[in-house]
Amino acid sequence: MTVTVEDVVARYEPVIGLETHVELSTASKMFCSCATTFGAEPNTQICPVCLGLPGSLPVANAAAIESTIRIGLALNCSIATWCRFARKNYFYPDMPKNFQISQYDEPLCVDGYLDVEVSGRSYRIGIERVHLEEDTGKNTHVGQSGRIHGADYSLIDYNRAGIPLVEIVTKPVPDTGSAAPEVARGYVTELRDILRTLGVSDVRMEQGSLRCDVNTSLNAPGEPWGIRTETKNVNSLRSVERAVRSEMIRQAAVLAAGQRVVQETRHFLETTGDTRPGRSKEEATDYRYFPEPDLVPLAPDPSWVERLRAELPELPAVHRARIRNRLGVSAEDMQQMANAGVVDLVATTVEAGAPVTEARNWWLGYLAQKANERDIEPADLPITPAQVARIVELVGAGTLSVGLARQAVDGALDTGEDIDAVVAAKGLRIVSDANALAVAADEAIAANPDIAAKVRSGKVAAVGPLVGAVMKATRGQADAAAVRELLLERLGAGAATGDT
Amino acid sequence: MSELTRLSAAEIAGAIAVGEVSAEEVTRAHLDRIEQVDDVVRAFLHVDTDGALHAARRVDADRAAGRDLGPLAGVPLAMKDVVVTEGLPTTAGSKILEGWIPPYDATITRKIKDAGIVMLGKTNMDEFAMGSSTENSAFHPTHNPWDLGRIPGGSSGGSSAAVSAFEAPLGIGTDTGGSIRQPAAVTGIVGHKPTYGGVSRYGLIAFSSSLDQAGPFGRTVLDAALLHEVMGGHDPCDSTSIPQGVPPVAAAAREGAGADLTGVRVAVVQELGGEGYQPGVLAAFQEAVSTLRGLGATVLEVSCPHFDYALAAYYLIAPSECSSNLARFDGVRYGLRVGDDGVRSLEEVMSLTREAGFGPEVKRRIMIGTYALSSGYYDAYYGQAQKVRTLISRDFAAAFEQADVLVSPSSPFVAFGIGERVDDPMAMYVNDLCTLPASLAGTPAISVPCGLSEGLPVGLQVMAPALADDWCYRVAAAFEAAYVGTNGPLRAPELIGGAA
Repeated sequence: MTVTVEDVVARYEPVIGLETHVELSTASKMFCSCATTFGAEPNTQICPVCLGLPGSLPVANAAAIESTIRIGLALNCSIATWCRFARKNYFYPDMPKNFQISQYDEPLCVDGYLDVEVSGRSYRIGIERVHLEEDTGKNTHVGQSGRIHGADYSLIDYNRAGIPLVEIVTKPVPDTGSAAPEVARGYVTELRDILRTLGVSDVRMEQGSLRCDVNTSLNAPGEPWGIRTETKNVNSLRSVERAVRSEMIRQAAVLAAGQRVVQETRHFLETTGDTRPGRSKEEATDYRYFPEPDLVPLAPDPSWVERLRAELPELPAVHRARIRNRLGVSAEDMQQMANAGVVDLVATTVEAGAPVTEARNWWLGYLAQKANERDIEPADLPITPAQVARIVELVGAGTLSVGLARQAVDGALDTGEDIDAVVAAKGLRIVSDANALAVAADEAIAANPDIAAKVRSGKVAAVGPLVGAVMKATRGQADAAAVRELLLERLGAGAATGDT
Repeated sequence: MSELTRLSAAEIAGAIAVGEVSAEEVTRAHLDRIEQVDDVVRAFLHVDTDGALHAARRVDADRAAGRDLGPLAGVPLAMKDVVVTEGLPTTAGSKILEGWIPPYDATITRKIKDAGIVMLGKTNMDEFAMGSSTENSAFHPTHNPWDLGRIPGGSSGGSSAAVSAFEAPLGIGTDTGGSIRQPAAVTGIVGHKPTYGGVSRYGLIAFSSSLDQAGPFGRTVLDAALLHEVMGGHDPCDSTSIPQGVPPVAAAAREGAGADLTGVRVAVVQELGGEGYQPGVLAAFQEAVSTLRGLGATVLEVSCPHFDYALAAYYLIAPSECSSNLARFDGVRYGLRVGDDGVRSLEEVMSLTREAGFGPEVKRRIMIGTYALSSGYYDAYYGQAQKVRTLISRDFAAAFEQADVLVSPSSPFVAFGIGERVDDPMAMYVNDLCTLPASLAGTPAISVPCGLSEGLPVGLQVMAPALADDWCYRVAAAFEAAYVGTNGPLRAPELIGGAA
């Protein structure tokens, strides 16, 4: 029998927690002036500072500090009036200095919250801290294992080393029951939208500019919180949900068998949706944190912080409420659109004249599918809400069927041209209705009496040229099999098949 | 010995400026001197003959072209090998950096070059600046020109010996706990540790980030001041660099040369003297205090009770920071790599590299620092040491309410014999007793020769409040004028003709 989350919550209560790392989209790195362009040739965006060469010193990037404070403000945090960077010491070759400049007991932002809507219910997720640190380089382990142990050799790209990284840590989140996986996903989704609205990060999970570690524990009702595991390598919104679900189910099985959950880091496997044990926390290094002596303390001027607060853009929840009000859709519909990242696309499509339902269906349906195929966000599709509105208009007017409309969308996506231009170029117009086809069929029969006579006499295979004529008349936009059947029917030859 | 090597830096610069001598002649004279004496002094790890001559010729060309020359243009300099120099080996006295050629210049290296100062080469030092005798160099000890069987102080012993032995009129050292002042004292020259943040640390291979400061050596107070003005000033590449400009140290040195200290309040620090100090050192110091009084200074005594804890605090803070700063030397990116046979793991190669590449004193301090920063020990050790540091700063602040400068011997001892203390770390550490408080407080202090004990030089330390480096120079220059007026300059033996 397949165990579900519902089975789990019948016996246990989950507590989840999320640690999210966000690469900021500043023009330069955290502690030097190197560029941060994603995908550049390995080791071309490096200098003595981000390589940690002997003698080099860090200087903090003011834009990164500003972005971090804005994130903290958007998450309802208190902003420290004085704080410091700290060194996190451990040996790993992707870290040029063998310590990471991070923040420890004095983070820039603390004690905030984020409200997340899931299935019509609102969950308040406490934010423990938001702090700023530097990213590490990227290792590529070449060899069968794909990991450092057993690699034939390893390559290190330090382009990523020193890119500003913001870590956002939630407080433990209890009382989510069977919604825990959706709450986790909803939180990351909402956070992503906030970060995007703030314009502080590309927030591309697939490129690693938004990375998520998911903590999960279970406890019997009335008992203290259980031992938690930390699941890493969770690289999509869907994976966040799956990782929590699979960890709940796995831990429930462990507990049901009378065993203890091991406190450990686990690795999420995209292919199976399972988690596998990674590094055990019990043998984790002592990071020997201490205040970074190469950097002066940060003391954000409160008046500057207040100005940043005043200048925050309209945040997604407020924006959604406003849009929802305008569109007049249900909370569930709104949430669905938000999760798919299409709220603004739908709203703009409606503004351009499309009815809400159609606009929503297009963006959540065919266009979401196309974005998925291309592995991009719907907003990055080369089609505008105005074009989508035009499609809706053409369908509504009966000029295009849904199938033809999709062809028109495909054409627009491929060529980047206007919908009307695509429709004209492809000669798209509706021909699937019975009347139009019947007219074309009758015309073909009338124009080819000899062939029609042969078919009437039972030579069904002779119908080919007539089908061709109808197809030609409808400029290839009818279904050939349907045309064949229609012709045979009208010629009284029945729906015979297969006899040639 | 060429008379040119006997001249002060100010005299050399003046002679070059008026065309009495070319920079190339001056450089050749010093290169010859190095050739003659450095196989017994062994001050240099690397002599850059071509680079020095090239730099000298450029000064001569600039002069011929009528371009403005800086106040030290054409003056040769000995650079401590902890300062990064583009294209020139930089080892910090360690095997682990043998063969590394830096791709960039330290800020002070660039300033030296821009000023037309001629860098003769890189000087020996205790490995990673850890030591008081230069015996911890991974390459060879350096010998005190006053007695080749004795140490030249440390960790900047190569630079102090080079200046004392007339191999260069100027030297650059770095001072973490006394590494400029103690070598200056025991080789009979002037050495100044600037206010922390007054001279850029960018490109200094870090030992203890919150303590390290580069500073000048000269045979006269004015020479040291002139070099200080070239080295100092704000550097945007060093976050801990202070915004204030260089104090008017050369003007202060010139003013002090008038030998009038009327109205200047000079305080003797009770805790820096007495038991554990060599009688000859104390006698020379008392004589120096009398001289200051004779120059019109008001002499008083102050107590700085927390100075007694400076040694303990220093030997927690400096090792803690070094344990982190030296983590980057792992064989992955540059320098020595040991055991990389394609079979051993990364950890083994890192470990073998560090085992082979670091000397015993460096390992000792890494171990102490790693321990002191460990979870559970941090508060008792590093945290407590930082509190002591604050108390020492308060002692200074209280003392400077009563006095303009504080004075003490620069070191409890004159130069000791090579090999005498190598087996006893504590006997080595107490060399820094007098110099540690100003290091921990980040305040400026100078050592100026104040006589001989058993035929070996003794230094007078003059300490001033933060940013008041000019007070150090003024008082030191006044003392120098009085001392030299009475006794003639302190000069190391000629060394020519196999003085060893």
